[in-house]
Amino acid sequence: MIVTRELTKRFGRVLAVDQVSLHVHAGDRYGFLGPNGSGKTTLVRMLLGLVYATSGEIELLGRPVPRRLAEVLPSVGSLVEGPAAYPHLNGRTNLALFDAAGPGAPRRTRRHRIEEALDRVGLSGVDRRPVRAYSLGMRQRLGLAAALLRRPRLLVLDEPTNALDPQGIREVRELLIELNREGTTVFLSSHLLAEVEQLCTRVGVVDRGRLVLEQSLSELRTPTGRILVDTPDPAAAVALLDGQLDQRDGNRLFVRHPDPAALNALLVAEGVRVAEISTERHTLEQIVLDVTSSGSDRVDRDPDARRGRTP
Amino acid sequence: MIAVELRKLMLRPRMWLSVLLLCLLPALVAVFVATADFPPPPGQGGAFLSAVRRNGSLYPAAALALVLPVFLPLAVAVLAGDAVAGESASGTLRYLLVRPVGRTYVLLAKLIALGTFIVLAIVLVVVTSLGVGVLLFGTGAEAVGQAGTVTSLSGVTLSPAELALRLLGSIGYIVASMLGFGVIALFLSTLTDSGLGATLGALAVLITSSVLQALDAAEPVKDYLPTNYWLAWIDFFRDPVFWHSINQGLLLQAGYVVVFFGAAWANFATRDVT
Repeated sequence: MIVTRELTKRFGRVLAVDQVSLHVHAGDRYGFLGPNGSGKTTLVRMLLGLVYATSGEIELLGRPVPRRLAEVLPSVGSLVEGPAAYPHLNGRTNLALFDAAGPGAPRRTRRHRIEEALDRVGLSGVDRRPVRAYSLGMRQRLGLAAALLRRPRLLVLDEPTNALDPQGIREVRELLIELNREGTTVFLSSHLLAEVEQLCTRVGVVDRGRLVLEQSLSELRTPTGRILVDTPDPAAAVALLDGQLDQRDGNRLFVRHPDPAALNALLVAEGVRVAEISTERHTLEQIVLDVTSSGSDRVDRDPDARRGRTP
Repeated sequence: MIAVELRKLMLRPRMWLSVLLLCLLPALVAVFVATADFPPPPGQGGAFLSAVRRNGSLYPAAALALVLPVFLPLAVAVLAGDAVAGESASGTLRYLLVRPVGRTYVLLAKLIALGTFIVLAIVLVVVTSLGVGVLLFGTGAEAVGQAGTVTSLSGVTLSPAELALRLLGSIGYIVASMLGFGVIALFLSTLTDSGLGATLGALAVLITSSVLQALDAAEPVKDYLPTNYWLAWIDFFRDPVFWHSINQGLLLQAGYVVVFFGAAWANFATRDVT
């Protein structure tokens, strides 16, 4: 659905996106992760033809962008750096205006599609008040509704859950999973690891403009080879597991062992009570922190560490 | 997109406010002129003012002369300066472009909306001032004994039909003048994300042009100043109509539209929208 080759964008002396080669397959829920200012938004803008690449190629739905943008964009719904609407008009009028502005949006079905989109994002009962009077969360929902208006094959969402409360974040997650099941490929950029971990099937991690990791989430979250044991009898357990113990944190023991069931049986057979036992897995947070540096909003005294930053 | 742009124009409270203000100024002046017990001497307070006391149906011409130098260009600069910059600042430009709407098409729709606003504003000024003029000054029928005749600037009397025709010609000419100026503001609007900046830039152009126009030393460039032929529409009220300046002015404004729309397009089509 999305392929980029050596995509690079330079703003003056600043390298915002550096030779990024992305691969988003049809049916993916793809999470594009990176610290603030790592070039996520710039890349999203390039995908949509808002910003022109310095070098490299983009293919969206199999067609080159920005050359054949006009053919591709009608099947793409997007949310780029926050929602935007005409503040003096109400939500429905805004959606109608945006819908009418582009080609391939029949007027006949417009009202129906607007109601359907509002329904999906949880704004179906919204009254005629102007968008000026909307809360931040409502604007975010309205922006999502605009992205869904034409039942797109691909959704490109830049930080879609910004400004939403936990309830709203969950609703959006469920909506995106549902849309994905109906055949929509979802590409979303975020710096919220938990959000991506719960929603996405594949992740790409970008750091200072470079793609440092691209893999499916299930492959990433492999067992670490350790088993976490929580026991009220840590001393007995430690004595028993001598040599296999990797780390101890009070009652919590990290044990090098291939099979939690066998370990459990062993401990219990020796009279060690086990409160909790589980396989330790790599967390997305640890993986991402390992491959990225701190975000560009952190400014330390040493200037050597600084490089790419979106203006 | 063009229909959308026109709908946006019509749904905008700010647009109607500026039109209202444009209509109010001539009405205010009319009230003062009507209540004073002496006619303004020729040359004071804008063209035609001394003549309107005799016939209110000439008041639209006086009203146009009142709003043309500052108020009308101000309204045009505000609207055109905000056209692209305002949408860019609010983020709605992004969502228009990813609809997708071609960038050239966005600019064209903005230009058409601008033209529509100018026509609308001028027509409303003419209509309201005609109403105010006839109401306050009458049609001159009592004084001359001949229904609705107007004396042209050259001293020949004009029938109401002729007057209407000449008024239409003036409207067309002023629309062209404002469009030439508005396109400059539209170009500036593609350069920045600040609508206010673009508006002020356009007003700076207006003021510079007016200053140079009054300066004899600037004689060589005078023919190319955007404001140079703005007042040529008054020639529609001479008999016979004095076409030379009118034609020059139309040619000049067409040149401004072509050059600055081209520049706006060249800039906007290649620009990163952030």
